[in-house]
Amino acid sequence: MSALYLLVGFSLLVALVFLGAFFWAMKNDQYRDTHTPAMRILFDDNSPTSTRSQESPREVSQ
Amino acid sequence: MGIPSEISDAKEAGQKELCFHCGEVCPDPPVETGGKPFCCEGCSTVYEILQENDLCRYYDLESRPGISLRERQDRSGRFAYLDDPALQRQLLDFGDDSIGKITLRLPQVHCASCVWLLENLNRLEKGILEAEVDFLRREIALTYAVEEIGLRQVVELLAGLGYEPEITLESARPQEQKRRFERLRTRGATQRLAVAGFCFGNVMLFSFPEYLAGPGELAENWRTFFAAMNVLLALPVLFYSSTEYLGAAWQSLRQRTITIDVPISLGIAALFGRSLFEVLSGSGSGYMDSFTGLIFFLLIGKLFQRKTFASLSFDRDYRSYFPLAVAVREGGEERAVPVADLEVGQTILVRNEELIPADCCLHSPLCRVDYSYVTGEAEPVDRERGEILYAGGRVVGTAAEMTVVKEVSQSYLTRLWNHEAFRKEEGEELNQMVNAVSRYFTGAVLAIAVLAALFWLRTDPGLALNAFTSVLIIACPCALALSTPFAMGTAINLLARVGFFLKHPGVVERLAHIDTIVFDKTGTLTTTRAATAEFVGRSLEEREKRLLAAALRNSTHPLSRKLLQELPATEGLEVVDYWESPGRGLRCGVDGQMVLVGSRQWLMENGLLESELPEAPVGTATFVAVGERAPGYFRFGNAYRSRIGALFASLRRYFDLFLLSGDNDRERERLLPHFEDSTRMYFDQSPTDKLEFVARLQREGRQVLMIGDGLNDAGALRQSAVGIAVAEGAFSPASDGILDADRLADLPRFLRFVRACMWVVGASFALSILYNIIGISFAVQGTLSPLLSAVLMPLSSVSVIAFTTMATRLAAKQVGIPQ
Repeated sequence: MSALYLLVGFSLLVALVFLGAFFWAMKNDQYRDTHTPAMRILFDDNSPTSTRSQESPREVSQ
Repeated sequence: MGIPSEISDAKEAGQKELCFHCGEVCPDPPVETGGKPFCCEGCSTVYEILQENDLCRYYDLESRPGISLRERQDRSGRFAYLDDPALQRQLLDFGDDSIGKITLRLPQVHCASCVWLLENLNRLEKGILEAEVDFLRREIALTYAVEEIGLRQVVELLAGLGYEPEITLESARPQEQKRRFERLRTRGATQRLAVAGFCFGNVMLFSFPEYLAGPGELAENWRTFFAAMNVLLALPVLFYSSTEYLGAAWQSLRQRTITIDVPISLGIAALFGRSLFEVLSGSGSGYMDSFTGLIFFLLIGKLFQRKTFASLSFDRDYRSYFPLAVAVREGGEERAVPVADLEVGQTILVRNEELIPADCCLHSPLCRVDYSYVTGEAEPVDRERGEILYAGGRVVGTAAEMTVVKEVSQSYLTRLWNHEAFRKEEGEELNQMVNAVSRYFTGAVLAIAVLAALFWLRTDPGLALNAFTSVLIIACPCALALSTPFAMGTAINLLARVGFFLKHPGVVERLAHIDTIVFDKTGTLTTTRAATAEFVGRSLEEREKRLLAAALRNSTHPLSRKLLQELPATEGLEVVDYWESPGRGLRCGVDGQMVLVGSRQWLMENGLLESELPEAPVGTATFVAVGERAPGYFRFGNAYRSRIGALFASLRRYFDLFLLSGDNDRERERLLPHFEDSTRMYFDQSPTDKLEFVARLQREGRQVLMIGDGLNDAGALRQSAVGIAVAEGAFSPASDGILDADRLADLPRFLRFVRACMWVVGASFALSILYNIIGISFAVQGTLSPLLSAVLMPLSSVSVIAFTTMATRLAAKQVGIPQ
């Protein structure tokens, strides 16, 4: 039965990884624009100039 | 009322060819390029450019996706100010020696073709390295190589294709920062919800063994382990997810008021404190599942409330209307100067269709200014040398030179934003109703909790603390707090689908309590698209009409253009000796006859006898004469939006209606039937007059809804309980809501709907209090088990959410708002 301690801990760890992945995606602005990528699917033959969806946050000049 | 322009367009569309580029009706014969019909040279030029660069897929993705270039103001040097490095720094997101990054607003973006073309800009211009469109925000993020192309050329390229970026005073840095801040705030809310959801789910799992196991079946070491895990998982919920509620409750207590956050925080404290005590003392396993669930549901409500419309802006002031730079003349030289740095005494040059950025004194002999946006005057006015031109006016026709007499922030129009009405921060919260209830609610709950504790102290002291905390736990007004966001959130979603966009859910509540409606006239009740021209005098013969049309074709004056629409098309009539005196009239010979068009004075100066001319009416009138005879004049009237009569007939029964117009009173007679009483109509109102008028109504205790469209209404829109901007084009001033101009006549329906929403909220309050009564009846007996709490809490929340959402939809259906 004590294997359960390990399993519980492990399952929690896996869940935490997913939570972390969600945070990472939010931070990378992946949820900022959820509409335009759906339109880009239509542009099959010619790839658009930018295919970034994981671009780092826009830099700011000081 | 005139025929709405769309109807006549549609009628013609059946017979005429449509422009291959933009889909507008082509002239007869159309401009042809490559066997395709175009409505104008501009559209055909864009087609040629795209064809040369192998970008014609633009026309495959959507049919006729282009932006009409018929009214394009093509003038080189229009974007010259973008060459200025200081200005560039204000606009760029990033810039160094090699690349520049900029985000531009392109209000014209409307379809997949637009996105495709804009993201393939580098095929047209090698200097553009990357382009990414955000469709909902109507924005493009561009990266370009500084050595190959300048910012000015980038913008000119976009403008040439019909996608002219909106670059205004507001585009400069501070606004950018505000938006970034807003984004971080939304992100924070989502992450708090994510943490709460994560913890809630796991706590539920760890709580199941306890609930499912029979008495004594669960070993003590497992019980302790699960309880400890629950405490561990509850910590981030308390210290991260629930901070907004605790902070807000603390704030409201310091201000000696009670908002809904206070009873919620009491519940949070009781839930967490009691659970922690039970686990540490080993007397029970606590209510951590109820606690995390409570926060999770509350945060869903918060997120639902924060619904925003990405493509709309509700807080625009004059800055998003004013240009970023203006041409200043110094010693014969011309240079672009940021409007913000404009100084008194500088001479500026304002060209056709450009905006006067500050109060100025006119140098040029004559200038025509369109003030419709600033003052509400429907027709452009003529100003002569030495007269003061107010900021916000748009120069029509020839360019004018003028001297700045007041700084931008001190001008007639912009001073409005210094008014105290703009200084108070407006709360976004949905408060009134729910906070009114929570005041009594908190008192009642505390009283019940104390009474229960006192009762048990006498009979069974061991249960006293138990009963006290149980009451606070079960009475935590989760369902109460959720009903308003969900009812209002559903309402704004439904309204948005029919073209009525509200800034935040709280506006629904304020809109439901309106008793007085104040209307603006120009641009609100009337359409800016067309004005009607009515002929007064001896009716024109067909031949006279054709001669007039031939003469008017040569004039660029806006009234000439309007008149031309009313006259038959003519071909082949020769016009000789054409002469136009700006602001007065035109004279020419057509087919051997002299044609005169202009003011009454103009006709007299050109040899017509005063006795032959009819008296001049009030307002704008254009006299015409063909040959030696003056048959009469054209009177220009406002074209009212469709179904205005029905709108007023319906509103009049429930609301007090007022009219505030910046225009003169020539439309008084026409509007009188709608307002019934001439003391409800005010003309020649300045922007400040409008604001003060609304404030006066409010001092009488009225809840005022202001409906306007222009910058001159901005003060009144801000001052009123709810300010709604009627939007026809891209711009609308700061307001609580934006109403699609075509939907104005549906306003009574919308107002009925928001009132119904308040009934829904009331009913859901009753429902949630019913749950509380049931819960409290267990709690006072000290018999509230964690299981009962864990069932009752989500049950009440979910059922209240379901009830409000469905009832709101039902209400929408009943007043005829499509789902």
